[in-house]
Amino acid sequence: MQSNATPIGNRHHRLWMYQAMVQSRELETRIKTIYFEGKLPVFNMAKGPIPGEMHLSVGQEPCAVGVCAHLRPSDFVTATHRPHHVAIAKGVNLRAMAAEIFGKETGLSHGLGGHMHLFDASVNFSCSGIIGEGIAPAVGAAVAMKIQGRDDIAVSFMGEGATNQGQFHEALNLASLWKAPVVFIIEDNAYGISVSKAESTSVASNADRAAAYGMPGVFVPGNDPDAIYEAAGEAVARARAGGGPTLIELETHRLEGHFVGDTVEYRPPAELESLATLDPITLFRARLEADGHDGAELNAIEAEAISLADDAIAFARNSEYPAAREAFAHVFA
Amino acid sequence: MSSPDTVEKTKSSATAPRQRRLTIARALNEAIHQEMTADASVVVLGEDLAKIGGVWSTTGGLLDAFGADRVRDTPISESGFIGAAVGMAAVGLRPIVELMFVDFFGVCMNAISSLAAKQRFFSGGQVKCPMVLMTSVGGGYSDGGQHSQCLYATFGHLPGLKVVIPSNAYDAKGMLRSAIRDDDPVVFMFHKGVHGLGWLGTVPRAATHVPEEEYYVPLGKAAVAREGTDLTFVGLGLTVHHAIDAANVLQKEGVSCEVIDLRSIAPLDRDTIRASVRKTGRLIAVDDDYMSYGVSGEVIASVCEDAGIALKATPRRLCFPDIPIPFSPALEPGLLPNGERLAALAREVLSEKRT
Repeated sequence: MQSNATPIGNRHHRLWMYQAMVQSRELETRIKTIYFEGKLPVFNMAKGPIPGEMHLSVGQEPCAVGVCAHLRPSDFVTATHRPHHVAIAKGVNLRAMAAEIFGKETGLSHGLGGHMHLFDASVNFSCSGIIGEGIAPAVGAAVAMKIQGRDDIAVSFMGEGATNQGQFHEALNLASLWKAPVVFIIEDNAYGISVSKAESTSVASNADRAAAYGMPGVFVPGNDPDAIYEAAGEAVARARAGGGPTLIELETHRLEGHFVGDTVEYRPPAELESLATLDPITLFRARLEADGHDGAELNAIEAEAISLADDAIAFARNSEYPAAREAFAHVFA
Repeated sequence: MSSPDTVEKTKSSATAPRQRRLTIARALNEAIHQEMTADASVVVLGEDLAKIGGVWSTTGGLLDAFGADRVRDTPISESGFIGAAVGMAAVGLRPIVELMFVDFFGVCMNAISSLAAKQRFFSGGQVKCPMVLMTSVGGGYSDGGQHSQCLYATFGHLPGLKVVIPSNAYDAKGMLRSAIRDDDPVVFMFHKGVHGLGWLGTVPRAATHVPEEEYYVPLGKAAVAREGTDLTFVGLGLTVHHAIDAANVLQKEGVSCEVIDLRSIAPLDRDTIRASVRKTGRLIAVDDDYMSYGVSGEVIASVCEDAGIALKATPRRLCFPDIPIPFSPALEPGLLPNGERLAALAREVLSEKRT
C-alpha cells in the first residue's frame, strides 16, 4: 500500500490510517537517529547529514491521518513547522521529502526549503516555520477554489499555540465572513515550545473560540484516529457542500520534545511517565486487532512502511547536494 | 490647471492618435479594468476598494463590472487578507491587493516578507506567487509620521519581492499591467505627490497621455527621463519631478543634466545608472525615503563599485533625514527634497575641484 493511495471505504480507511501513521513514525524514528550523527559530543546544530532544527510529530500522527483520510490530492493543505505526519498523510512523495530534509538536490525544493518548508505542489501541500502563518493562505486558497467553481477544500493545521496569534483571529473571521470551504485543525499537544496551554491560553478549549466567529467548533479528546476521522469527515463534507468553515481542536500528545535535543525539563515527571502509555500507534493496532483485523495484515503494513522509510532515507543519503547556482534560480519566476 | 482627465484634442490631423491626458489614479484604474477583462483569474481585494472604489481611486467601477466574487472589500485585517492573497495565488488566481498606506505594512509584514516573498524559493520553483500589492507612499501634506513614509528600501531589501514606483501616468498603466501579468509578488507603490487626486496637490507633469490600447512597460528597467551631459540625477516617483525641476533651472545656467527615473528598485537597473554616470561623471541621488541604508546609498554604491566610471565629483545624495516625519507644516516641507534644494546641491557638485 502506498502512503499516497486514495483511501476508499471505511475498512480501507482504517488500514490506510494505520499505514500512514506507521509510515510517519518509521521515517521520523530514522530521522531522529541520523539527526545526532556528526553533532556530538559537543552539540552542533549545523553538523551532520540533517542540519538545522528538527521537530518530530511522534505521537501526533492520528491528527494527520484522521483528517487527510477525507482529502484528495487537489485539496489544499497548510501544515506547521512540525509537518512530517501531515505531509505523509497528504501523499507527499516520501523520497523527495526525505531528500529535502537532508538538503539534497533531489529534495522537494532542491534543498532550498528544509524540514520546516516542505512544498509538494503535486498534492497541494505546504508547511511553514512561522506560527500561524499557514492559516490565512488556506482561507485564500479555499475562497479561490470556490470562485473557480471547484469543490475542493482547504485545511489548515496549526498547533494550539497559534490560536493566540492575531493571524488566527483574522483568518477565522475572514473564513466565516466569506463562507470559505476550509477546515481549521488545531493539534493541541498542550505545549507551545516549553509553555503549557494552561499558562498561555485563556480558554480551556479552543473549540469554544469558534463561537466568536459564527462557525461550528468541535473538540475531539483522546488522540483517537477513529474519533478524529469522524469529526473531520463531517467538517470536510460541510465545507465541500458550501456550508463554510469548521474549527476542530484535537487533543494530541507530543511524545518527544519541541525539537530533537530538547531536554523536556519543563514537563512534570508524572506527565512524562504517562506518555509511554499514550502511544497512539500501539493503541490503534490493539483496537484494530480487537475489531478483527488480521495481525498478519498489520504486520505486512508495518513491514512495508519500514521498507519505504529505509528506501527514502537511502535515497536521501545517496543524493547529491545542490549546486550553488540552484539558490539563485528560484527567487523570481 | 485644467482637470487632468481633460481630453486634449490633437491640433492637426484627424487621423493622429487621440491624446488622453490621465492621472496616475485613472491610469491604474484603467489598467486593472483591462487586465480583469482579459483574464478571469485576476481578482481585487482590500479595504474600501469595492463600494467606494478605493481611497486612492484605483478600483472605481470594478465591482459593477466584475461582481463581488472578483472585487472584494475586506475587513481591516491586513495579515488575514494579504495572507489569503498568497493562498489565492497558489491555486491559480492573480490577486491585486491594496493596502492604503505603506506605513501600515508593519501589521502584516510576515505575510509579505516570510510568505509572499518566499513561496517560490521555498518551493524550489514549484509554487508561484503572482500577486500585486498596491500601496500609497510619500508625505508633504502634514499627515504625520504614520501616513507619510515611503519605505522604499525596506521592501527593496527583501529578496523575492519586485518593488516598483511609477512617476507618470503612462508608466503607471504599463507597469501595473506588467505587474498583474508577472508571476512574482510585486509591491506597486504610488506616490501621493504625483497620484492626481483632487484633494492632494499633484505635479501636473505626472498626468500624461495614456493610450487606451494594450501596452506594457517592463518591470526592472529604469528610464532616461531627460538627457544631459554634465550631471546625472537619479530619482524615483515624485523625486524624478524634483530632478526635472532642478534640471530646468540649471539648464538656464548652462548646465546639462540627465535625469534617470528608476521606476523599479527591485530589481534595480544598475546598467542604466552606470551608463549615465559614465557619460556625465557626476551623480546626485534623490530620495524622499529615509537616507540611511536607502535607495540613494544603493545607487551611489552601484556607481562606485564600477571601476570603469571616472568620476568628476564626489557622488552626493539628497534624502529625507533619519527622523520620523513631523506633522507641523513648519517642519515637514523643509526636510523633504525639492527641486530648489536639488539645484543648490548640484551647484556644489559642479563646483567641486577633484584633487
